[in-house]
Amino acid sequence: MHIDIDEISKSFGTTPALHPVSLSIPSGAMVSLLGPSGSGKTTLLRILAGLEQPSAGRVLLDGRDATGTPVQQRRTGFVFQSYALFRHMTVFENIAYGLRARPRRARPRSAEITRRVERLLELIQLPQIAARYPSQLSGGQRQRVALARALATEPRMLLLDEPFGALDARVRRELRAGLREIHDATGLTTVFVTHDQEEAMTLADRVAVMSMGRIEQVGAPAEIRNRPATDFVRRFVAPSADIAPAVGRAILDSTTAPR
Amino acid sequence: MSESSPPHPVTTEAPPIRALLTLAVLALTLVLLIAPLAVVFAEALRDGLSAALASLTERDAWSAIRLTLFVAAVSVPLNAIVGLAAAWAIAKFDFRGKAVLITLIDLPFSVSPVVAGLALVLLYGSHGWLGVWLQAHELKIVFAFPGLLLATLFITFPFVARELIPVMTEQGRAEEEAALTLGASGWHMFRTVTLPNVHWALLYGVLLCNARAMGEFGAVAVISGKIRGQTTTMPIMIEMLYNEYLSVAAFSMAALLAALALLTLALKSLLEWRHADLLSATRRH
Repeated sequence: MHIDIDEISKSFGTTPALHPVSLSIPSGAMVSLLGPSGSGKTTLLRILAGLEQPSAGRVLLDGRDATGTPVQQRRTGFVFQSYALFRHMTVFENIAYGLRARPRRARPRSAEITRRVERLLELIQLPQIAARYPSQLSGGQRQRVALARALATEPRMLLLDEPFGALDARVRRELRAGLREIHDATGLTTVFVTHDQEEAMTLADRVAVMSMGRIEQVGAPAEIRNRPATDFVRRFVAPSADIAPAVGRAILDSTTAPR
Repeated sequence: MSESSPPHPVTTEAPPIRALLTLAVLALTLVLLIAPLAVVFAEALRDGLSAALASLTERDAWSAIRLTLFVAAVSVPLNAIVGLAAAWAIAKFDFRGKAVLITLIDLPFSVSPVVAGLALVLLYGSHGWLGVWLQAHELKIVFAFPGLLLATLFITFPFVARELIPVMTEQGRAEEEAALTLGASGWHMFRTVTLPNVHWALLYGVLLCNARAMGEFGAVAVISGKIRGQTTTMPIMIEMLYNEYLSVAAFSMAALLAALALLTLALKSLLEWRHADLLSATRRH
């Protein structure tokens, strides 16, 4: 699905969260919204899902205005930052939730639901955990279950909010590869939010760098790295290993040096 | 539910001190909780079980029992629904006047029940602000069932909401939002996610609410007018019987009221015990 963000702005009370931003996401692409906290990236993602209403502007899905479409009818697969698995349901019930929530005439038969859930558990390579509760899973397993639950309803796009935020480095690398594989296999238009420039650069086809409610630059990872459009982008996407000692020294100098 | 205990005790107190502390707690429990309850039952059964039962089946006593159960049966569901709605609004949304609403919910806790009863009389009584209008429309609130219900609703208003607000706040909105993105309607989300996530807190709030609804004395005493056989609830009946030196009848009624409270607690324990597996798996309470 082709997503067009057309001059979207959003403010909470008097605090602006997004200045008018526009972004075009081609069908089947994997796009990252990259920025520090408070840059408006999560707000933009939630507006795409229909969880927030923009103060102004439009969201176009396949060219059709979907700004007023309620969240239930957007058909987005959303993976929340803390996964938001239903804690009182088993993994099976979690994944089946979207199918069982459908009105009776559109609901698949129980055998069909079982078949689909089992197939999704295979896809996330956790076929043996169907009967467990979320609290009995590791962080990485929870993340994969959340992904399976989001995919179960056959969404038109996949939206992920800091999907690897709470995981240790090894699991994160594994799951990144897993997400890329699932994206390539399903061809779903995928948008994920991250504050980790390395994650955005290695995983996404296109990266939108955000700061203070504005999109600073949109482009392929190499393009952003090689030709940063603004000072902010240059500083933010600088490989951390190269800049860290210099920054560290600068901080040390500024705090210890007598003025 | 408590987590499984660690393999080695982490306390370092010497055994005699531990024994002493345990004994102190047991003694306090005995003196403060068990002894008064035991006295009530002992006094009720002083002239034998049949005398106690006879006093309870006496016409006015029976009417007081029915009235109490009826008031509780109407006020508890109403407060459960309103409390659930208030807690949901407070825990999950930001709106103007939220702080005022939280304070208002606590109001019945801080106002003396007698004052609450008096306020209702002043508002709805025949010389009250709304009294003339009510009389013109032949609506009787004070010294009648609607008054008892209003007083009980006021007094028990905070119980359900107060139990739910911290649980709902801690859980946040993410699971509900997840349900919505998966296509669930608002009602389906409420039924399958919101309610199951708080049902132990809700049950606990309802039980506390019920215990208080049946046991409330101050506010109800003022507004009931104490018309024997018509507006006397069990607590009021107990006081009247006691003042008339009918101690077996008074203590029998008191024993029954205590037994009703114990029954609700037993019910809660039974439910928790039957769902222990799910409780420990989902780590709630």
